[in-house]
Amino acid sequence: MQIMINGNRMEAKEGQTVLQAALANGVYIPHLCYHEKVGAAGKCRACVVEIDGMRGLQTSCSVLAKEGMVVNTQTETALQAQRLVIDLMLSTGKHDCLACEQNGHCELQDAAYFLGIERPSILYADIDREIDTTSEFVHVDRNKCISCGRCVAACNGTVVNQVIDFGMRGHSTEIVFNTNKKMADSTCVQCGECSQICPVGALIDKNSIGKGRIWELDKVSSVCPYCGVGCKLELYVDRKTNKIVKVEGAEDGPTNDGMLCIKGRYGYDFVGHPDRLKTPLIKENGQFREATWDEAIDLVVSKFSAIKEKYGPDSIMALSSAKVTNEENYTFQKLVRTGFQTNNVDHCARL
Amino acid sequence: MTNDIPGIKKSDVAIIIGSDTSEGHPVIAARIKQAVMEGTLKLIVIDPKEIKMADFAEIYAQHRPGTDVAVLNGIMHLIIKNGWEDKEFINERVEPESYEALKAEVANYTSDYVEKISGVPAAKLEAIAELFGKAKVGALYYTMGITQHTTGVDNVKSTANLQMLCGNMGVPGGGVNPLRGQSNVQGACDMGALPVCYTAYQPVATEAVQQKMEAFWGVKLSNKPGCTMTVAFDKAYEGEMKAFYIMGENPLISDPDLHHIEHAIDNLEFLVVQDIFLTETAQKADVVLPATTYAEKDGTFSNTERRVQRLSKAVNAPGQAKHDWEIHQLVANKLGLNWNYGCAEDIFKEITQCTPSYAGMSFERLGRKGLHWPCPTADHPGTPVLHIGKFSKGLGTMFAIPFKAPAEVPDGEYPIYLTTGRILQQFHTGTMSRKTPGFNRLAGPHVMMSVEDAEALGVGNGEDVKVSTRRGSIVTKAFITKRMPKGTAFVPFHFAEAPANILTNNALDPIAKIPEYKVCACKLEKA
Repeated sequence: MQIMINGNRMEAKEGQTVLQAALANGVYIPHLCYHEKVGAAGKCRACVVEIDGMRGLQTSCSVLAKEGMVVNTQTETALQAQRLVIDLMLSTGKHDCLACEQNGHCELQDAAYFLGIERPSILYADIDREIDTTSEFVHVDRNKCISCGRCVAACNGTVVNQVIDFGMRGHSTEIVFNTNKKMADSTCVQCGECSQICPVGALIDKNSIGKGRIWELDKVSSVCPYCGVGCKLELYVDRKTNKIVKVEGAEDGPTNDGMLCIKGRYGYDFVGHPDRLKTPLIKENGQFREATWDEAIDLVVSKFSAIKEKYGPDSIMALSSAKVTNEENYTFQKLVRTGFQTNNVDHCARL
Repeated sequence: MTNDIPGIKKSDVAIIIGSDTSEGHPVIAARIKQAVMEGTLKLIVIDPKEIKMADFAEIYAQHRPGTDVAVLNGIMHLIIKNGWEDKEFINERVEPESYEALKAEVANYTSDYVEKISGVPAAKLEAIAELFGKAKVGALYYTMGITQHTTGVDNVKSTANLQMLCGNMGVPGGGVNPLRGQSNVQGACDMGALPVCYTAYQPVATEAVQQKMEAFWGVKLSNKPGCTMTVAFDKAYEGEMKAFYIMGENPLISDPDLHHIEHAIDNLEFLVVQDIFLTETAQKADVVLPATTYAEKDGTFSNTERRVQRLSKAVNAPGQAKHDWEIHQLVANKLGLNWNYGCAEDIFKEITQCTPSYAGMSFERLGRKGLHWPCPTADHPGTPVLHIGKFSKGLGTMFAIPFKAPAEVPDGEYPIYLTTGRILQQFHTGTMSRKTPGFNRLAGPHVMMSVEDAEALGVGNGEDVKVSTRRGSIVTKAFITKRMPKGTAFVPFHFAEAPANILTNNALDPIAKIPEYKVCACKLEKA
C-alpha cells in the first residue's frame, strides 16, 4: 500500500504501524519504548505524529498504516509534543553523556539531537537511586532509566527468564528484579538481553565499561564458539589493542534473533587471555621449550613417519575438534587419510 | 536436527527428553518458552532432574536414569492402544513389517510395567501419550541424556519410532531434534572427522566412494574403517596405539574413567597437541602447536539445525599462533603432499566439490543467514526440514527395542544414581569458559543432591561431600536442591579440580561407542 509521510508518497506493508513504515522508508521519528523485537508498548509517547482525519496526536507505534493515509511527523504540534516528552525524560534522572557507556548509541541522545535539545528545561534534584553493581556482568544504573519497559518485555517475552518487572508506583516507579532484589541475588541468569535492548545507559555490559566508545570500535560478524545453536554474534573490536571489548547478539541472526546466553555474550576473555599459546613447544627431558615452526613440524613429521614405518599407519590416531571450522576439520581428516594413510580420525561428538 | 530452529513456532506440542535445555542450549530454550507463553505450544518434559524447563511444562515426568526406552515404549503402547497413531503416515512411509515388530514389542510396555521400571506414575504416562498422540504436530528434542548410555542407539531409535508413529517426520515443527553441544560438532561430522566416512557421511569402506576420493585427492586411500576415540584410548592403554595427534580437544577432562585415559596417554610413544592453551592434555604432549580461536579466523561452522554459517576474522592471533588449516598444510607439505590453500574460502570450494550436501554452497551464498544442508546445487534454497514426502532411504524403518538396564545400577555398596552433564555458566572442559572470572565466581564444582539425601548424610549447602564410584572419588561442595529426586546425584563435568570423569563408567554403547556418562552407581559421604 502507499501512504503519504511528510508530503512524500511511501510504500507501506500490510500490518505495519505508521512508525514501522516511516522507519523502513528512512524517516526518523523519536521512539524509545518501541523496539522491533518487543513490539509496540505505546508508553513513552515520543513517537507522536499528526494523521489526517484523526483527532489530536497519534502514537505512530500503535496506529496501523492504511492505504492513502496522510501522516505528518514534523508539524509544529507534533514536534512540540515530541520535544516535551524527551525534555521530561532528560529532566528526570541523570542523563550525563560525557562518560556514559551508551554515548554514541543512546536512543535518548539520538532523540535529543534530532529535536535540538541541548539541556533539559526543568531539573528534578530528588532523583538519586542506588547503582546496583552486584551482578557479574550487568551494571544497573536506575538514574539513567527512562522506564520505557523494553527490558521488562524482553526478559519476560523474548528470553522468558521472568526476572525484570516494574515495581513501586507513580514517580517512584522503577525496574525491579524478582521481588526488588539486587540483581545478583535474583534469579537472573545474566543472558544480557536487557542490556542489549536498553535504549539508554541504564543496563550496561559491565566488562565493556571504559573499553572504548562505539564509534571507535569495529563490528565484526561471527558465530558463537560455545554450544551448537549457532547464534550469530557481533564482535566489537578495538583495533588499537587488538581486543574484543563487547559482544552483542546479531538481531538478524536466524537462530537467535539477537538473543545470547551468558557464555556467548560474556565468555570472550579466553581469546585475548595472557595464557594463550604463542609459539610451538617441544618437550625435552620432561620440560617444554619454545621452538620454531620449522623445528616443530620437522619433529612431528619425522616421528609420525617413523611410527607409521615401524608399526603401520593404524598405530596413529587423530582427534579432530568440534570447535574448529568446517575447513579445518576437512583439512585435518584429509591430512590423516592422505598423509598418514589411516581412517583413524574422530572427534568428541560422543562426549 | 531433522527440523529447523525457527520451526519451533509451528509445533503444537513438544517433548524434551534428556536435555537440560535452559542450561545447555539456552537460546533454543528461550524459543520453546516463547512458544509456551504465546500459547502455541504445550510442553512435555521427561528428565530425572526437575530441570527449569519443567516449570514451563504442561506435564513433567521424572523417570529413573537410564529408563528412556521403557518410557518411550510405554508412550507408544498407549498411542497405538488408543488409535492415536498416524495411520496414513505409517501406511505410506514405514516398512510394514517393521511397524508390526514395533507394535508387538511395545505391547509389553503397559503403564504399570513402565511405572515399575521408570518410576513414572501410570496416570502421568497416559496423560503424556494422550497430549502427544492427539496433537497435530509434535516435536521431540533431546541431547546427551538420550545418547550417553550403553543403550544410546536404542534410545535414539526409540525417539525416531515415536516420531514416525505420530507422523511427525517431514513436517515443519515436528522432527527428531538432537541439540548439538558444540559450535561445530555438526560440521566436524559433516566434514568426515569420523573413522568410518568421508565428508557427507560417504563410507570409507564403499569401493565407489574410495575410488571417487582417490581420484579427487590423487592419493591411494585405505578402505578399512578407523578407530573411534573411545576405542583408540583402550588400544593405547594396551600398547597397540602408538601416537596421537589431538587438535582442540582435552580428553584428560572430557573422557570417561580418567585414570584409564591418563595411563593410555602415558603409554604413547608420541603425542602432538594442537590447541589454544596448554590444556591438561597438552601438558602431556611431546610437541604443542599453537592454534587460533574462532575470533581470529574466517571460515564456517555448521550448527545443530544443519545451517552452515560464516564467521569472520575479528582480531589478530597472538604470537606465532597459526590457523589449524595452516598447520595441517605445513605438515602435509612436509609429507610431500603439495597443498596450496591460500585462505579458508579455497578450502570451502574444495569441500563443495566432494561433499554432495554442500555442493550448492559458496561463501557468497551463505551471506548473513547461512544455508541448511542438503544444498546440492547452486540454485537450491537449502533444506530446513528433512524427510518431506520421503525418507532418503525410501521407507522408514521402525525398530522393536526391548528395555535394557544401564551397565551399572545402584546397589548396597553404591546406593545412589550418579549422572553427569553441563551447567549454564561453564562449557565442556572449561578451556574457554574458565578464562572468564565471572563464570568461575558464579559456578564452581559441586554435586547436586536431593534434600532427602543431604539430610540423611547430615550435610548442608556448600559443605564438602565425597562422591565415590568403583573407579575413584572426588571431594566437592554440596548443592542441595528440590530439583533432584531422592537417590540421584548430579556432578557437572567441567572442573579439573573435581573431575566428574574420575567417577564415570567407561561402559560403551556397542554400536556408537559412546560412554554411559548419564548413569552409574555412587555413594555420597560427608567429607
